Amino acid sequence: MADKKKKNVPPEAQEYQAFQQQREVKRPIFKNCVKAFFVGGFICFIGQIISTFYMYFFHFTEQTAGNPTVATLIFITMLLTGFGVYDRIGQFAGAGSAVPVTGFGNAVIASAIEHRTEGFILGVGMNMLKLAGPVIVYGVFAAFVVALIKTILIIWGGL
Amino acid sequence: MLRGHQTWVFANKPVIISTGTVGGPFEANGKIAKDFDLLHEDIWLKQESFEKAQQTLMEEACQIALKKSPIEKENVQFFISGDLINQITPTNFAAKTLNIPFFGLFNACATSMESLALSAMIVNNKGANYILSGTSSHNASAERQFRYPTEYGGQKPPTAQWTVTGAGCSLIAQQGKGPVITSATIGRIVDMGITDPFNMGGAMAPAAVNTIENHFKDLNIEPSYYDLIVTGDLGHIGREVSYDLLLERGLNIQEDQYVDCGLIIYREGQPVLAGASGSACSAVVTYGHLLNRMKNGELKRILVVATGALHSPLSVQQNDPIPCIAHAVAIESGSDV
Repeated sequence: MADKKKKNVPPEAQEYQAFQQQREVKRPIFKNCVKAFFVGGFICFIGQIISTFYMYFFHFTEQTAGNPTVATLIFITMLLTGFGVYDRIGQFAGAGSAVPVTGFGNAVIASAIEHRTEGFILGVGMNMLKLAGPVIVYGVFAAFVVALIKTILIIWGGL
Repeated sequence: MLRGHQTWVFANKPVIISTGTVGGPFEANGKIAKDFDLLHEDIWLKQESFEKAQQTLMEEACQIALKKSPIEKENVQFFISGDLINQITPTNFAAKTLNIPFFGLFNACATSMESLALSAMIVNNKGANYILSGTSSHNASAERQFRYPTEYGGQKPPTAQWTVTGAGCSLIAQQGKGPVITSATIGRIVDMGITDPFNMGGAMAPAAVNTIENHFKDLNIEPSYYDLIVTGDLGHIGREVSYDLLLERGLNIQEDQYVDCGLIIYREGQPVLAGASGSACSAVVTYGHLLNRMKNGELKRILVVATGALHSPLSVQQNDPIPCIAHAVAIESGSDV
């Protein structure tokens, strides 16, 4: 892919891109990974507390506590997004706050807030899943492929 | 008149008789807050949408420029302006409010100097007595069109820039008191194959270098002619890259002579990553901060090179490189200032 791209780029531009890259500030990948690890871990820790809370006080089991836990986390995300805090956490934590379910919630809620000015149908309704849409599409598709593989293995593999 | 290949020299020296600059809350916390005519506390400006807020910014900048001058709105022949939003609607609506014959421009962040160059050309050739020229941008309206929703928690790389919320406007006249416009170099599109919309400084730097180089070649002058060479919104990376490129091309520019509007407007510690951007960036810094310094006698001659990245969200998604442009306008302090 990179080679294919390079073939179309004139040598002058290639030279400039190398020149530019030397001066470009790189993403601090290691630092970002550490930050993402700890913030992501902290969000999961909060999730675990909520989950334990539901099991301890409301007689949920480990299997059924998942749904109310996710709903609670998304509710908290909604407040943080609405008050303009979540995007700041996101800039600090990167993948740490994007990968957990709170990141998915933020993507939906931020789009919904953003497009309120275009009305409820054409604005909020049409754009709410603009960022989260790919997650749903490829989440469902990936689940389908995995299920297909599993079925094939059970039928022919004798699992 | 045309000098060299792409430079206009204005023999009649059109005058910037007044300016108006408006900013938002983030700019009010910046380094040059006192150079603004009007600052807002609220990014919505009490409007229903960010686009309407941007329209209000533009209207206010024009009204301030008119108010500071003895000229009535009815005597202004043309309003030449543009912005970043699709089909430049905030500017179109502002032009409707102003009710002045209107030229709409789009050169992204280079619109500020494009409009100033065209205004100077028309006034110089007696096509108009007075022209209002300016541009506006709004952080939230630009974010939502070019990037993500404002509250989305995506991490931006250190090369990303912060779009200025503001509007800058100038009133150009054939005669009067104020800084004069002496020449302008119109840039060509330079595309070095950079595709990352989060690194616009790096993409725009070669366009700035191209225009600056051609300006000196066409006019046959040395960089030392100017007190300052000011780029529009290159940010930290673009400024460094373009400065190194200029030195490589043999232009003798001093380190402190080469500044960037995107690095002037905000103070250290504001979360703007590589610096400011947006069409209002070069407009508010030039019409506010730089012309104030010129009035105080600190600066005599400046060359403002506004840089623009002419991509759209669509062209980026289709993996097209970012075409960039830069327009340069030379402003000198008038004899009676």
